[in-house]
Amino acid sequence: MYETHYHRAGSVDEATKLMADAEGGKYVAGGQTLIPTMKQRLAAPDSLIDLRHIADLKGVTVNGKDVRIGAGTPHAEVAGSTQLQAVCPGICYLAGHIGDPHVRHMGTIGGSIANNDPAADYPSAMLALDATIHTSKREISAGDFFIGMFETALEEDEIVTAVSFTAPDKCAYSKFPNPASRYAMAGVFVAKSGDGVRVGVTGAGMDGVFRWEEAEAALASDFSAAALDGLSVNAGDMLEDMHGSSEYRANLVKVMAKRAVAAIS
Amino acid sequence: MGIEGIGARVARKEDKRFITGKGRYTDDMSVPGMKHAAFVRSPHAHAVIKGIDTSEAKKMPGVIGVLAGAEMKTDGIGSLICGWMIHSKDGSPMNMGDWRPLAETKVRYVGDAVAIVVADTKAQARDAAEAVKVDYEVLPAVTSAVDALKPGAPQIHDNAPGNQIYDWEIGDLDAVDKAIASAAHVTTLDIVNNRLVPNAMEPRAALGVYDEAEDHYTCWTTSQNPHVARLVMSAFYNVAPENKLRVIAPDVGGGFGSKIYIYPEEITCLWASKKTGVPVKWVADRTESFLTDAHGRDHVTTIKMAFDADNKITALKADTIANLGAYMSLFSSVVPTYLHAILYSGQYVIPAIHCNMRTAYTNTVPVDAYRGAGRPETTYALERVVETAARELGVSPAELRRKNFIREWPYQTPVILQYDSGDYEASLDAAMKAADYDGFPERKAEAESRGKKRGIGMSCYIEACGIAPSQAIGSLGAGVGLWESAEIRVNAVGTVEILTGSHSHGQGHETTFAQLVSDRFGVPIDSVSVVHGDTDKVQMGMGTYGSRSGPVGMSAVVKALDKVEKKAKMIAAHLLEADESDIVIENGQVKVAGTDKALGWHEVALNAYTAHNLPADMEPGLKETAFFDPANFSFPAGCHICEVEVDPDTGKVEIVQFVASDDFGNIINPMIVEGQVHGGLAQGIGQALLENASYDPETGQLLTASYMDYTMPRADDLPSYHVSNTVTPSPLNPLGIKGCGEAGAIGSPPALINAITDAIGNNNLNMPATPQRVWAAINAA
Ligand SMILES: Cc1cc2nc3c(=O)[nH]c(=O)nc-3n(C[C@H](O)[C@H](O)[C@H](O)COP(=O)(O)OP(=O)(O)OC[C@H]3O[C@@H](n4cnc5c(N)ncnc54)[C@H](O)[C@@H]3O)c2cc1C
Repeated sequence: MYETHYHRAGSVDEATKLMADAEGGKYVAGGQTLIPTMKQRLAAPDSLIDLRHIADLKGVTVNGKDVRIGAGTPHAEVAGSTQLQAVCPGICYLAGHIGDPHVRHMGTIGGSIANNDPAADYPSAMLALDATIHTSKREISAGDFFIGMFETALEEDEIVTAVSFTAPDKCAYSKFPNPASRYAMAGVFVAKSGDGVRVGVTGAGMDGVFRWEEAEAALASDFSAAALDGLSVNAGDMLEDMHGSSEYRANLVKVMAKRAVAAIS
Repeated sequence: MGIEGIGARVARKEDKRFITGKGRYTDDMSVPGMKHAAFVRSPHAHAVIKGIDTSEAKKMPGVIGVLAGAEMKTDGIGSLICGWMIHSKDGSPMNMGDWRPLAETKVRYVGDAVAIVVADTKAQARDAAEAVKVDYEVLPAVTSAVDALKPGAPQIHDNAPGNQIYDWEIGDLDAVDKAIASAAHVTTLDIVNNRLVPNAMEPRAALGVYDEAEDHYTCWTTSQNPHVARLVMSAFYNVAPENKLRVIAPDVGGGFGSKIYIYPEEITCLWASKKTGVPVKWVADRTESFLTDAHGRDHVTTIKMAFDADNKITALKADTIANLGAYMSLFSSVVPTYLHAILYSGQYVIPAIHCNMRTAYTNTVPVDAYRGAGRPETTYALERVVETAARELGVSPAELRRKNFIREWPYQTPVILQYDSGDYEASLDAAMKAADYDGFPERKAEAESRGKKRGIGMSCYIEACGIAPSQAIGSLGAGVGLWESAEIRVNAVGTVEILTGSHSHGQGHETTFAQLVSDRFGVPIDSVSVVHGDTDKVQMGMGTYGSRSGPVGMSAVVKALDKVEKKAKMIAAHLLEADESDIVIENGQVKVAGTDKALGWHEVALNAYTAHNLPADMEPGLKETAFFDPANFSFPAGCHICEVEVDPDTGKVEIVQFVASDDFGNIINPMIVEGQVHGGLAQGIGQALLENASYDPETGQLLTASYMDYTMPRADDLPSYHVSNTVTPSPLNPLGIKGCGEAGAIGSPPALINAITDAIGNNNLNMPATPQRVWAAINAA
């Protein structure tokens, strides 16, 4: 790791101010992505602005079907929230299958979606739940937030403060982990509500997380795993690496989608 | 046996310090004035060094010295060597390319060391290492041994034309070809033994200290064999004569072979300490471990097995190309030859065997012994071809093996080895019973009803442990003898120190070696200490690898104990006024048999040191040394049976049952042996299902250089094992031990792949059987 300057912010405002004052600053939340990158000397921010001590960014609130998760909430807290479990068990399951216990107690939902790793789990849920991303500057719909691999609508100094969504009637997440990293090789989040069905897919797409609209349409008329039998995602749009060919990933997307549907139909 | 003697399940004495974080590893060592090193490493797989500019780096904060290879050469530091000469079949010696500790003219793999930076802090050293400017002219690279041997491949060492190191053979080719030509059936299989990264928990490290006043060096290092390190560093690398070089391998967190070798870093730290005048410590980070620890396996084989009309094996022929990486590591030449090819008889009577082995340089890190070292490669090829033959012949894999088992010992194979003892049918029967082999069809049907493909596979392995009879290996090209030494020091109060040349880096010697003393003299193991890993304390030793600490290291301890016992009895006989032949030692008492005349063990010890009343002409003291040179290898063997369920939609394999029935000869501590088997199985299952070191064929970059891409086995990848033992003692060492450290990694991969190919009905499957590969194989079937 290169030398860096550490700043602890007490509020969102203070954090943005520290960022404005810093040259080449970076926000750090759980540090589960940023710190390993710095240790490998692949990132070298001059200043680290720590968001972990901002009380406003923390916690899960559930009001009827309205859910708000503070950006600084660690995965373990989402996984273990009984309130959330009651209205949206799919997201608890998802959070409980990120990384290992160390990662889940440090890593945060804000850090995960700000980073938008193409194999990260949360982005699929954000799309499927039609979540709103709240930032220090504005509100962005999940559909507009995730732009491509490691790319979001966030500006340099913009801070994710929370995500919010209306809990669907039913939802489930099914993940096929990469054998080595245990990130998603294909993770499919299926949410069914009065408005229809939304299917968010992570780990597989060449442009990062995406909605599988064909599957959504098929499931809207017949919410069963069998409804997906004749469908497939285009292998040409899927990632390919040593762990999985694009054909294999296309297959996994379908299999995981069917399993998620089967779990709640 | 006594509660702490031979055969007792004694908890490991050393574990308290390990599991409470109180172990003392090389990185825990600190000496006054110590500074930190970082290595400048090649980012290219193959390049000419046109210039090295250290001027900027030398000006960086905290920098004490920046040293490169030219200076090292001027100082007379020697090149790294391979310690086992292999001759090609045309009689020519192997082509050993020059391996400088710091490359001067050319780099040959990503990670090759070019310079060392010494600075006040590790971070400063790293910063300065980045400021060293190396002018590279990048050359085309080759990473696969098969490609390296093709005409037109990039030439890696000038003295190895076509990148060939040797083209070696063993066995009677004519007889084999004739048997194949006249066979009733021949099974042919192409096999890949995937390349593995050893991944010891503790990364390699070295602390070099030069004492100018004494003109003396001390090296703390992560070594499995500190005496060999000292010998090689003084005899070949000219660091210092042996009497001026102390090598200490303190607690070492795993080796699996990768810490046998003497690497560039420890030599360079010692040299740099003299050059800079400060003690120099280097500790690898995990990326350096991936890039620079010697890897394992990496064979490509075609194997043929011939049968007569009665399904008796008539011949076996193996043709292999092995990748030895960019340079020849210390024992790299022997792993594919005398640790591999001579095991092709397996557990079977095979009248004719031939193995051809070509080895090649590639632009990858050196390949050397890794848990099993050559024997997993043999076993995988052999046990897959036997299983495949059974399928082709339409007979039960178990019965085909049974029909061809060796049944008389000692058994002389056609490829040098003579097996000491065994009962292969006993372990096959025990494993089949434990696995409920006969009940498999029912379980398969039940799995099918759940949409799962279930398969069963076995492997009957043999291995050669307890390396090795010195004279025999000397005639085969070894540069050293592989005996072991021990010294037993009985202190004046009766406590005992065992000084051993074996080195424990996870094996539990502090417990098992103490059990030998407890068994012999009836003293608690708490009053027995094991001293190892320091060339200033232990006179000489050859270290731990190849499952040799039991059969060879402990045998030396036994020989020394014999001498101590004899002297103790002479002292007791003298004091008790009895005949020496009537003296027995029981429960800590030295007694006249059948009487109540006795002395405490501690009284005899005290008398040896007060020397007030010893037999005439006897020297005071109670301390004896012994060397043990084995008469032969020992031959552990066993049967592994694996049952899997495959998810046809994803290709994911679940191991639903794993049975290992092993014959390790006599066992000193069953719990530690089980631990060794469990660990070996984890690594074997890792090879079969998960692990693969993969280089980009074009750029030579290691693609699996972190745990994000290199799949280490985790607890939830592994089943709960069913392990048991059958016992045929080895007649070749006093304890009847055969060795257990590698069996798990040797026997398990073919059992697993045989089970998966059985489940999916496609035999065309390579390790690691990742979900994607299994899915593709299902869809290709
Ligand atoms: C071993 C391991 C396994 C993992 N496995 C998985 C897995 O299976 N699935 C998965 O999805 N993830 C996985 N992760 C990643 C983990 O979930 C991370 O926690 C997450 O990706 C980043 O969150 P963080 O809070 O640690 O962010 P940090 O590492 O602190 O920051 C990541 C990036 O986001 C920015 N950032 C952080 N917070 C904010 C904010 N509030 N507003 C704006 N920008 C912000 C930072 O500046 C930085 O660029 C794993 C990580 C590790 C180390």
